Amino acid sequence: MTLIDFLNFYIVPGVVLGSIYALGAVGITLVFAILRYAHLAHGDLATLGAFLALAMIHLFGVSIWVTLPFVILMVAAISVGIDRVCYEAFRDRPKIITVMASLGVALMIRAVVQVVWGVDTETYSRGLVRPEDYFGLRLRDREIYTVLAMIVLVVALQLFLSRSKWGKAMRAMSDNPNLALLSGIDNRKVVMLTWIISGGLCAAAGIFLGLNTELKPMMGWSMLLPMFAAAILGGVGRVEGAVLGGLIVGIVEELSVLVLPSEYKAAMAFAILLVMLLVRPTGLLRGKVL
Amino acid sequence: MELALGLANYALFMGVFIGIYAILALGLNIQWGYSGLFNAGIAGFFAVGAYTSAILTSPEAAGRIGGFELPTVVGWLGAMVAAALIAWPIGKVCLRFRSDYLAIASIGIAEIIRLVIKSEDALTNGSKGINNIPRPFGDLPYVQSQMAYLAIVLVVLAVVYFAVERQYNAPWGRMMRAVRDNETAATAMGKDIAFRRLQAFIFGAALMGLGGALFAHFNRSITPEAIDPMVATFLVWIMLILGGSGNNRGAILGAAVVWIIWSVSEIATDRLPHEYAVQAKYIRVFLIGLMLQLVLRYRPEGILPEPLGGTRQPTRSGDQATPRQSR
Repeated sequence: MTLIDFLNFYIVPGVVLGSIYALGAVGITLVFAILRYAHLAHGDLATLGAFLALAMIHLFGVSIWVTLPFVILMVAAISVGIDRVCYEAFRDRPKIITVMASLGVALMIRAVVQVVWGVDTETYSRGLVRPEDYFGLRLRDREIYTVLAMIVLVVALQLFLSRSKWGKAMRAMSDNPNLALLSGIDNRKVVMLTWIISGGLCAAAGIFLGLNTELKPMMGWSMLLPMFAAAILGGVGRVEGAVLGGLIVGIVEELSVLVLPSEYKAAMAFAILLVMLLVRPTGLLRGKVL
Repeated sequence: MELALGLANYALFMGVFIGIYAILALGLNIQWGYSGLFNAGIAGFFAVGAYTSAILTSPEAAGRIGGFELPTVVGWLGAMVAAALIAWPIGKVCLRFRSDYLAIASIGIAEIIRLVIKSEDALTNGSKGINNIPRPFGDLPYVQSQMAYLAIVLVVLAVVYFAVERQYNAPWGRMMRAVRDNETAATAMGKDIAFRRLQAFIFGAALMGLGGALFAHFNRSITPEAIDPMVATFLVWIMLILGGSGNNRGAILGAAVVWIIWSVSEIATDRLPHEYAVQAKYIRVFLIGLMLQLVLRYRPEGILPEPLGGTRQPTRSGDQATPRQSR
């Protein structure tokens, strides 16, 4: 196998898949670090985003790119709503109760998708898309856009977290919630912002997964483990860590086909997770929470 | 007469399933109710038990490992051992960390077990599954056979219940609750927390494996479809929470209540016209999810609350949460 083939068949799909995981993992890492629980409904929320985009395409006949910002806003609003209705009441209880509640929410979201859209596999657009040739590298437009969108969203988030007042408040909450509350940070606003950001990124992840593969009601559930593996691999609470982790998980999954039967691609995320917990539980970039 | 017989058969069938789910719920109660361990991969341990016992006891079949034709009891013990062996490394790695890590890893292990079952034809016969699993007293006429199996399941359930209940009142159970409620104090008392948690996790997983084996022998076959990770895992969770986590009688009661609701609602939705029947299936899942939310919110202690040795309110005490959970 030549180097260019290796890049085309393994690295490019790995980076694209990794960018999708990264979008979800950033949200997971924020919820993990600021609200302090594992949000198990994250994957199914992404599925909902993907199907909402499909509905908009069917209803209004617009292109997928027009739906993207609207769906991001919709899912952000939905996740704030879910937090208010389903998680807020458990705020003072042990965090593991909220984890349990989120498992229930995952099931409910998936049931809604299955009732509204059925269980058949769908696609945003029919027909094969031929990749363009860039000096031997074969890339499809949608792959380029996926990676670019990930970069733009993550850079914007990083700027928000480091420059704006509310971004700093979020980081303070994740570093030391008690100190942050004492210094007058409005917990409710921080929680809301966390959900807006992670819900929005989640929607983007769902849409890009649907764009690069197909839409299935279980698509988000199968993303959950890679996204968590990415967040933990990068270091919980580290946005750039989640991106790095997402890319590594995506690339490793694609490369695993070289040595393992392709059915076991999905097992790689689990292997990475366990090895990471064994070897370096704080993650590559030294996250905070264990 | 016909109807009465049908109803009696249905009651037998339901009784067997309630017994099997009660064993799963008791297993989960050891993990969650006694020890506060969140296992979101019940279906995985259930599947390991079902397939292990099926492989050990079924007759030879072309294209897959088997033909051991061991006695059913050996199959059931094998199922428990296999589930325990899978639980051991997972617990070993994850129980040292925040409680959510076990939830994530157990979801992962259940997904991988499902992958293995689907793709390893030589072991599990892939999507066709394993047939001809012997059922004890399976040669009797239908109704007698069902009754005999119900009796077996009830005996197994009784044995499991007394074993688990005894542990609850024994020093081991008290210690587990101490570890769950106040990790720091338990450590100060010289308890090896990681090891105790691992014990509880493995013990619970073994019971889940037994539940899977009982299911496979009742059904006489096992296919990947029987192991819907979400519904299998989730139903057991809602059974335990609704019945009362920390309370073994609650776990059994919860299994009965939830299974009756679940299977009676299936009869109701099966009568719908075909175009709605599929949707109705998912609406049932939605309602079960909603039920979990409502129980957690308004009656977190369940129908039968944990019998209190001390003053602790189970799963409610945000103010006295352990440092591990409240950080």
